[in-house]
Order: sequence, then C-alpha cells, then structure tokens
Amino acid sequence: MFITVNGSEQKTDIKTVMQLHDLSFSDYDVTILNGYQISEDFELKNGDQIYFGKKNVFPNSKELEMLMAARHTPFIQDRMRNATVGIAGLGGLGSNIAAMLSRMGVGHLIIADFDTVEPTNLNRQNYYVDNIGERKTDATADILHNINPFITITKHFIRITADNAADIFGECSVVCEAFDSPSEKAMLVNTILEKCPYTVVVAGSGMAGTDDSNLIRTEKKFKNLYVCGDNTNSAKPGMGLMAPRVNICAGHMANAVVRILMD
Amino acid sequence: MKINGQNIQIVSGAKLADILFSNGYDKTKICVELNGNIIPKKNYESVIVKDEDSMEVVNFVGGG
Repeated sequence: MFITVNGSEQKTDIKTVMQLHDLSFSDYDVTILNGYQISEDFELKNGDQIYFGKKNVFPNSKELEMLMAARHTPFIQDRMRNATVGIAGLGGLGSNIAAMLSRMGVGHLIIADFDTVEPTNLNRQNYYVDNIGERKTDATADILHNINPFITITKHFIRITADNAADIFGECSVVCEAFDSPSEKAMLVNTILEKCPYTVVVAGSGMAGTDDSNLIRTEKKFKNLYVCGDNTNSAKPGMGLMAPRVNICAGHMANAVVRILMD
Repeated sequence: MKINGQNIQIVSGAKLADILFSNGYDKTKICVELNGNIIPKKNYESVIVKDEDSMEVVNFVGGG
C-alpha cells in the first residue's frame, strides 16, 4: 500500500493513522487525513494523504504551503490552483470574495478597483483601520498574501468601463461582479457576456439591510450568468449595507465560483 | 412571448426596447438574454420580438 505522508509518497504496512502517528510523529499535534482533521483513528487505505502538523511552531515556506494544501480536499485543490478568477470591485462583496477565494487557493486572482479605503468601509468590507487611505487593490493584495502567500494577484487600480473590461478580465474563466450601482453592474455583466464568450459571470443583486438571510440565493439566470442575492433589497437611505448579509451574499458568490470551477 | 417564464401578449413587429419599457424595465440596469443569446444594449432598438420568443431579463438592484 502506498500513502503520502507530509508530501512524500511511501510504501507502508502500517494499519492505521494513529499507529503511524505513534510510531513516527508522536510529537505532532494535528492530524489531517485526506483534507479532514481527525481525532479518532482510521484504517489506512491505498492512496491516502496524511499530514501531521505542530501547533505554535512557525513553519518555513515549504512546510506552510504543504500544511495549507493539507486542509484542501485533494481533487478540489488542483482545479483551484489552475484557475484564474476576476473580481471587479473590492467593496463589501469583492473584498470578502477575494479573501475566501485566496483561502480556497485559487491560483490567480485579477482584482480591480479605482478607490481607496475609508473609515465608512470598515462596517462590512474586509479591511482594517491600518488600511485607511490605501488603494483597495494594494490593501486587498496585502491581506490576501497574508492569508495565502502562494497565489498570484494581478492588480488594476482603474475604473472598469465597457471599453477596458474585456482586456482586464478576458483571461478569466469566472468574473465576479462586485460593484455598487445597478447601472455599473449591468454594464460589466453585459460587456463580459458580449465580449468573452467562454467566461462565466457571477453577479450580486440585493443584499442590503437586515432582512431574512434565507432570501439570499444563487440562481443561474443565463447560460453564462449566475446572480446571487435577494434580487430586491437595494441599498438606499434607511437601508444600508451591513456585514452579515453582505458576507452571506459574498459567500454565495464565492461558492458559485468554486462550483463553476469544479464543473 | 415569454419573459422570465411568464407569458405576455405582444403586438406583432414590436421592438425589444418597447417590450422592456412597457414591462417596467430601466434599460440601464438590466441584462437581456433572448432565446439563449445575450442581446447587446445597442441592439435593443433594432431587435424585433416574435410570439415564440423566450426572454430572460435580469434587473440589478444597488449594493455591493
């Protein structure tokens, strides 16, 4: 039987994961079997991937990459690593989608925004007080690389228009529409669907206020368009954008991206 | 014709732009797929819809 232990394949006659732990990795605290952290014992099977890790020890770069990959379900990780995904707008939706996709290990993220971080963003956007005044593209890239140093990020500090959208996002298999205004949303979605026939768009529509979480859903609307949101609750005076529903919608969008990449 | 799965009555020779307007859509905030094909905004005035057409309209609301 062949198994992979901390990244190296080996032949073994050992019967269970915990026997392997006790024999060679007894001072390791974390055991991950095929992407899932276990505390009880499992019988070893041919092809198993096992990682043993230590808590409170800062890993070197190679160990870090291996340990992060350990938590990814193996066949999903290959798809993520080879994908290029665009994020248009780095506000409440985009900054949070970017963080989730970097945690997923999406290999190349193309991020675009023309704005800088300001204090009123912090109620829902994935920034910190330290980021105030920075370009959102720079702040997001720093945060993403602090989450996952092993992904490539391409930054565009520019306002996306019908003239530049296809050039910026043309190589993406999926583009997330994460703008604020409905006419900008429509502009981006129309432009990508018209000019990039092999690109799928995931858009957000309706996530303001504190209405029922379960009204937010993911729907396939067109051949190459998914829309996430409640389709109703527009941001306006008296109904602002707040972290929980914006994050729920961002989670829908990020998972839609993952499902499209797995398809 | 059908809009988002619902049957609506149209006059023969109607333009896509007129159908969108009469059904309350603001053309700056929508995307339109007609019989599975995305319709560029610049063609809304020239496309003539027919009884057998099936159209999907996505109407965006603000926030993101």
